[in-house]
Order: sequence, then structure tokens, then C-alpha cells
Amino acid sequence: MAAASPTALERFLNGIIPENPVYRQLLGMCPVLAVTGAMKPALTMAAATAFVLICANLLISLIRGLLKPHLRILVFTMTIATFVTIADRFLAAYLYDMSKELGPYVPLIIANCLIISRCEICSSKQSVGVAFADGVGMSLGFALALASIATVREILGSGTWFGLTVLPSFWPTWGIMVLPPGAFLVLGLLLGLVEWIGHRRATST
Amino acid sequence: MMDPETQKNRNYLQQAWLVLLLGFLYGGALAGVHTSLAPRIAENRLQETLNVIPDLVPGAVIQQTEMLSIAGPGGQMERIYRTADAAGQHNGWVLVAAGQGFADRIEILVGLDPQFTTITGVYVLDQKETPGLGDDIRDAEFLDQFRGKSADIPLSVVKMSPSLPGEVQALTGATVSTWAVCDIVNQAIDQWRDPILDQQVSSASGTSSADEIP
Repeated sequence: MAAASPTALERFLNGIIPENPVYRQLLGMCPVLAVTGAMKPALTMAAATAFVLICANLLISLIRGLLKPHLRILVFTMTIATFVTIADRFLAAYLYDMSKELGPYVPLIIANCLIISRCEICSSKQSVGVAFADGVGMSLGFALALASIATVREILGSGTWFGLTVLPSFWPTWGIMVLPPGAFLVLGLLLGLVEWIGHRRATST
Repeated sequence: MMDPETQKNRNYLQQAWLVLLLGFLYGGALAGVHTSLAPRIAENRLQETLNVIPDLVPGAVIQQTEMLSIAGPGGQMERIYRTADAAGQHNGWVLVAAGQGFADRIEILVGLDPQFTTITGVYVLDQKETPGLGDDIRDAEFLDQFRGKSADIPLSVVKMSPSLPGEVQALTGATVSTWAVCDIVNQAIDQWRDPILDQQVSSASGTSSADEIP
């Protein structure tokens, strides 16, 4: 018998920091780089991803006993695509401007490896409760990562946070921060920082 | 004893029934979502269209603009906008046109003067072109190229600075998207010129109906 599967609480907590989808697993890099120029699009993307991830996790866990091994990826993809389309239509109906700003990145949630990896690793093997906890934990971890990158980029690049001015007007806004290179720079520096903190904690105990 | 053909078919069904069932269920769910949200999305799009009309036809005022439903070439009713200035003087048209882009359907608004001689503005309503390349078709810098172009000369794409009338400079790395926009504009003008100009001569022909703009 292999080691026991993680419990719901372990799944939930792992998703936030120890197995953070962005900082530890480097998954979902496309939205991480593309929509983190400001807080609003970053959090909208995080919410849409959370909806898809939690719904897909629940549904796959419910039907996990019926999955055929060689058809499981097909079922995962169909399920994810359905929830992504629902999220996309909802944004177009109720948050039209945001939907236009995010453009193709909402439909592209289908290709976010974070979701299919959770279907494969957790929800196709564990109970509905564990799959739900896993979905919520991973969603929080993803939101935390997007928000941290967006905070740095929006404050340094536009002098604002959530659209509110936070830096004095004499601050020269760093235009590069809201452009694609800024995404790579901030992601790289924050990854290094998280790694450094983790390393220090590991050696000090 | 079952014959091998039946055995094979039964085997397929045993393997794939879940995929088939989920396909039907998901399809039904998406149809439901679409039915309930489509009117609201259409409303959002109409509002966006109305907001950009003054930009597409200089001097146009939304309160004076009429929305017309005219039978298109396929027979189905299509929507176009007859714009007017603050004094109520007819000053242009806004066409709604769509076509295949590089990635997906592109939907465009085309502003024209009343006689269909000059393009007064182009706006991209919906697109899913490649981020960073093709989606630059939304940029004002690109779309400003269309302003003032003759509606009598079909638009074409060039890679260098345009030297002839009707030439549009391609976006770097997105020639297909640029061509798509030009083709959609050309087709829209071709499609609507005769029906609209004919209609202006015989305005009481009864094939159009003006709707109140909400």
C-alpha cells in the first residue's frame, strides 16, 4: 500500500503555499504573465479560474468511479471546456468591459494546466469533499500569486492599486511594469524571493 | 453466439457511453446558459455600438440615430444604423459586419458618409486574434488608417507605407488579421451599397423598419 492520500485539510493548505500553483508548480504561466498588469483583471481571472477549477474538481470526483483510464483526459477536457464557456458567457453578460479587457484569456483557461492537473492528481482519485477542499485551496493559491504580481506591477507601473492612486504624483511611473517585460521581471523576482524565504526557513529549523 | 460486428459495436458503447452522455449533458447545459444570457450580451453589445457611433461618423448624435432592419442578401433581417447630427440632418451610416479572422470570427463596425463614398471610421466590436500580434487590430493607430479612405476602391494590404489609395499597412506579424479586417470592410460596403442607395431613392418601399433606440 502506497502512502495514504492527503486529507481534505492537507489538500486545502497545500494549495495555498506549500504547493502553490504558480510559485511552487509553475503552472498557468499564460494568465500569470498576461493579465497581471493591474489588480482588477488579475482578480477577475482568479475568480473565473476558481469557478472552473472547483466545478471541474467536484464533477470529476462525482464520476470518478465511471472513468475509463484511456478516456479520462477527454472527459477532463470536455468538463473544463464546458465550465470555461459558462464563465466566459457570464463575464460577457455581467462584466462586459472586463470581458473585453481579458479578451481571449478567459477562453484560454481551458488550456490552464493547473485545472487538468488537479483533475488528474486529486479529483479523479479522491472523494468529493477532498476534491472541493483541493479546488478551493489551489484557487486561493492561484489568486494569491496573481494578486502579488499584479500589486507590484500596478503600483510601480501606474502608481495605483485597484485603480486608486497610492503613489505621490512626483513618482515616475515605470511604464515597463505594465508591459510584457514587466511581467517576466516581476515573476522572476518574486519566484526568487519565495524560493529564498523557503530556503531560509528550511535551513533555520 | 453474437456475431463479431455486434460484439464490436457493443464494445465501443461500453467504452464510450460516459463520453457520449456527458457530451449531451454539457451541450444541454451550454444551450441553457446561452439562451438565458444571450439577450443581455446582445444588449451590452448594442450599448457599446451606440457609444462608438459618434466616433465612427463625425457629428453623429445617438438621439437622432435610427436603427434599421433591412433584409440582407441571405434574406434574413440585418441591422444597420442611419446616423444624423444634432439638427436631425442625415450624415452617415454605420454597418455591422463580420468575417473569419486568423483565430476566430471578427465583428466590425464600419462608418460611412451618406453617399457611400468615404469610410469615416472602423471599430472592432469582437475579436479573438493572437494576443500581442493580431489583437492590435483594436488599436486606434491601426484603425485610424481607414478613416477617410475611399469606399469606391477595395482596400488592400501592403507591408510598407501605403503609396496608393485604398492601401492599408499590415500590422507586423499579423498580415492575416489585417487582411481579414480589410476583407470584412470591403464585403460590407459591397453588400450594402446598392440596397441602401436604392432604398434612399424609393424610401417608401416598405422593406425597412426603424426601431426605437433604447
